[in-house]
Amino acid sequence: MAFYWSFGTVLILLAITAPAALIFGFGGAVAARSSVLPLRWFGRSYIAIVRGVPDIAFFLFFVIALDQGFEWIRHQVLCPDWDQPIRQGNDFVVCQAAKLPLGSAPQWVHEIYGFAIAVLTFAIVFGAFAANVLFGAMRAVPKAQVETAAAYGMTRRQTFRQIVVPQMWVYALPGLGNLWMVLIKATPLLFLLGVEDIVYWARELGGAKTPRFTDYPHGDWRLWYFLALLVFYLAFTRVSEIFLERLMKRLTRGQATMGGTV
Amino acid sequence: MSCWDTIQAYGLRSIGIGERLLPRDDFTLCQQFTLIGSGMLWNIYFGILALVAGFFLANAVALAKASASPILSKPANLFILVFRGSPLFIQFFLAYFLFLNLKQSTGTFSWLTNAAAGALVVLFLNTAAYSAEIFYGALRSVPRGEVEAADAYGLTGWSKFRRVVWPTTLRLAWPAYTNEAIFLFHATTLVFFAGFPAWQQRGDALYYASYFADKTFNPFVPYPILAMYFILLTLVIISIFGLINRRLNRHLPQEARRRLRFRPQIIR
Repeated sequence: MAFYWSFGTVLILLAITAPAALIFGFGGAVAARSSVLPLRWFGRSYIAIVRGVPDIAFFLFFVIALDQGFEWIRHQVLCPDWDQPIRQGNDFVVCQAAKLPLGSAPQWVHEIYGFAIAVLTFAIVFGAFAANVLFGAMRAVPKAQVETAAAYGMTRRQTFRQIVVPQMWVYALPGLGNLWMVLIKATPLLFLLGVEDIVYWARELGGAKTPRFTDYPHGDWRLWYFLALLVFYLAFTRVSEIFLERLMKRLTRGQATMGGTV
Repeated sequence: MSCWDTIQAYGLRSIGIGERLLPRDDFTLCQQFTLIGSGMLWNIYFGILALVAGFFLANAVALAKASASPILSKPANLFILVFRGSPLFIQFFLAYFLFLNLKQSTGTFSWLTNAAAGALVVLFLNTAAYSAEIFYGALRSVPRGEVEAADAYGLTGWSKFRRVVWPTTLRLAWPAYTNEAIFLFHATTLVFFAGFPAWQQRGDALYYASYFADKTFNPFVPYPILAMYFILLTLVIISIFGLINRRLNRHLPQEARRRLRFRPQIIR
């Protein structure tokens, strides 16, 4: 049963991460083209660093880093009179009250917390990719449009809100669609973040069972479980591909681009 | 132990030369640098071999996909769909258990369950599928005029392909192929996290980085080291591919050359 639920886990992850990554991406893109220098540097380096390093390294990094970051902040707030250092040799020690989740919390809180950290990690990493796509899309909006807006006396902010943002989506869609496919294909990495997802259950359930431990003894079925996962992902990406194609056709209707032939 | 001793002890640890036991406590910065760097040997090994072998298969598959006969194009389409449509992570798992089953039932393929061979096969097929799609796109955008000119000169068959179509394809595909290469090197980090066991703790760079992060519970040292190594590797790849790109475009006037753009990609 848990195996079937884990498909739901993947779908929930996708449903939460996609908008979250889009928000991160939008923020990153706006920061990268901001006129304030430090903000621009921040946006640009966020995009550059996340894209230059293998993402799986980021997944492994952020899970611990975020966890420790949260605990450190709670530690500072909740236990101001703690006098021992936090890093003691190879240990990371915070006071009991700052533990996240609390040691006394029930099991489901731990699971939700792990899942939330995973979602945040995905959103940060994919936010950088989305930021890059949106950054490109904002620059692809025809310059004449922006100049016309300026000629009508619109402020920078008005231009951005009313001219650039509504138009950039068409330019961003191919990139975002691509990103969506990549996001789907990145979901099995949840397994590495310690969430009990489909990969975990496929390994668990597929492993050889003997009559001593279960009612349904079978040999090593992991091959077949993973084959099922492969088919699931193939079907999923194929369906999204068809859907994105339709969406693109609809959005580009009447646009003066290569895709928008009448 | 001085840093030089550490390098001697762990520099080739990832391929089984040197100290047998990994450091257990009192981790120094030098140890982390050395071991993670030594793990990079595996990433480079997987990357280069898969890339070189995949290049040839990719060309073949791209040609098959572009061919008019469905006997050739159907299997090529299926191959590309399967390897591009599913996560590499799942492919690794599936391949590992497939090889395990083969080993148990036939007993002849035992070498494939080894990461060095088995993961290489998966990476090879995977990069071949991704590059085939790139080459196929380039093949379709070879200018019609060039092909007609070749016809006019009386070139046919193999010599037309070899002298006119293929060089242009390669030239058009090269920028995208550079990204694919970078992407492939990044993907090699998945090997030891997906099924394939690291025998005697001989792992790749990420394997050692996560080892240190687990042991010290401090991710802020090993992962940035790993990132630094990968950025260096990416720069090396870009410069090598840039040289090849220059050679491919050497007959064109300076301003007509397509510049390589650094657009490293995402996970697969």
